[in-house]
Amino acid sequence: MTCLPAHTDRRLGLVIDLDTCVGCQACVTACKEWNTGGHMAPLTDVDPYGGNVDGVWFNRVHSYEHTTEMGGRTVNFPRSCLHCETPACVTVCPTGASYKRASDGIVLVDEDKCIGCKLCSWACPYGAREFDADVGVMKKCTLCVDRIYNDNLAEEDRVPACVAACPTSARHFGDLGDPTSAVSLLVAERGGVDLMPEMGYHPTNKYLPPRANTARAASVPAPALEPVRTEGGFLGWVDRMLSN
Amino acid sequence: MHPAFSVVFFTTATGAGYGLLALLGVLGGVGAILADFWLGLISMGLALGLIAAGLLSSTGHLGRPERAWRAFSQWRSSWLSREGVASVVTFVPAGLFGIGWVLLGRTDGWVVIAGLLAAVGAVVTVCTTGMIYASLKPIAQWHSRYTLPGYLIFSAMTGSVLLNALLQGFAVGSNILLAVCLLLSLLGWGWKLATWRHNDRLEIPTTANTATGLAGGTVRSLEWPHTEENYLLKEMGFRIARKHTAKLRRITQLLAFALPVLLLAIVFALPWPVAAVLSVLAAAAQFAGMLVERWLFFAEAKHTVALYYGR
Repeated sequence: MTCLPAHTDRRLGLVIDLDTCVGCQACVTACKEWNTGGHMAPLTDVDPYGGNVDGVWFNRVHSYEHTTEMGGRTVNFPRSCLHCETPACVTVCPTGASYKRASDGIVLVDEDKCIGCKLCSWACPYGAREFDADVGVMKKCTLCVDRIYNDNLAEEDRVPACVAACPTSARHFGDLGDPTSAVSLLVAERGGVDLMPEMGYHPTNKYLPPRANTARAASVPAPALEPVRTEGGFLGWVDRMLSN
Repeated sequence: MHPAFSVVFFTTATGAGYGLLALLGVLGGVGAILADFWLGLISMGLALGLIAAGLLSSTGHLGRPERAWRAFSQWRSSWLSREGVASVVTFVPAGLFGIGWVLLGRTDGWVVIAGLLAAVGAVVTVCTTGMIYASLKPIAQWHSRYTLPGYLIFSAMTGSVLLNALLQGFAVGSNILLAVCLLLSLLGWGWKLATWRHNDRLEIPTTANTATGLAGGTVRSLEWPHTEENYLLKEMGFRIARKHTAKLRRITQLLAFALPVLLLAIVFALPWPVAAVLSVLAAAAQFAGMLVERWLFFAEAKHTVALYYGR
């Protein structure tokens, strides 16, 4: 049923740190690698070695230049499904293929019911859903539902593939519905924000804005070079020799 | 938004078809239209044919059309599902009305009721179509108070101009219907101009800043995540040059409104068969104009995902 659950027991999601993301694309490739064999497999690539490369990806990393009166900075910005609390992508679905789980809030697509009408991708303001033209159905991030509950994996590996791959720990996974969870505390401490809050979709995933620039770098310059002593001694002789 | 021809044709054809069906259901059932077998057959055939062709065309947009029957299940939350249910349910009274009015030649009893129910179903279906677009928050040009009335006005307008062409063709035209066609065409013209004016002045609160969560200053896209256009850009990043917009808006106004108004105004003073020829021309021009209008409806709509790509 595409009606939304009145309450979800947990609100599993990601917290993404825009301060430490270096835009290395490791999460992108780890996501593709896992999910092209996972719950929503395959993540079809069309003409992968040709001139019109196209394909399904659940995670895309943009780069932006953010310019304020404090100066400019490059911000790398990973974009994936935010597993919203009120996702219109689910309610617009005419077939019941899209659904939000009451147990953990994850938004999923039942590929066997999807008719590929693409309306859900129109309803998502974030561009989280991508159509697989080869299979004819819509695909999206599953929050690695086949990893996080997977008893065959070691406990430390039961996190989404993107989180496991991040070399700078810019991606955090946890229950954002529990105010005492590590991710909730992180969001509170760093002032995590919603994307497009004005849309009213109440995204579960949070983004930690880059930390403010400090004046520290400019105020502690390297000590100035001292003039070379030219009088006498061995170093004086070296100086005279080199100066000739 | 990418203007897929299957959807452009679908909304234009079903709009005209349901408009015509509603008018036939109300006017035919109470005997306001001459109960002629051939007129009835052609007009009901045209209405149901436009609706069926439009619905079939819409399945061309689907990735898995063989599963389209599943779309009747989620009417509790989805306007697209409601549209599917309403369009199929409307066929029942429309079919009964067709049998009663055309084949049996009756304009009383259950035929009147079936005609009225078909008209109600037609209006409800057009409303659900309009709501599919009006309910999409990420597309500000659609998520507006102009969208739903627009669909209803254009449906009534194209339906009445079609009915006029049919009646004039059978030399049973009515000056009242001609006047209604003129008024609806002028109303549609005004509504479209008001919609364009509203869209051109839209102040959309969603910006690259709110999309990225980066407050203050400017956010400029440095690099896309991919080198070629992906699904998001092909489907939702469609762009149209401003000079083409202006030209296409003029074509829409000429074909969909100005030309039909002019032709129908002349029809008042002319006898059959010239009146019939001009009425058919007016309907054909308007249908072509509405296809351009619907193409622009998609092409000019901007989805918030374009902000992530600096578009």
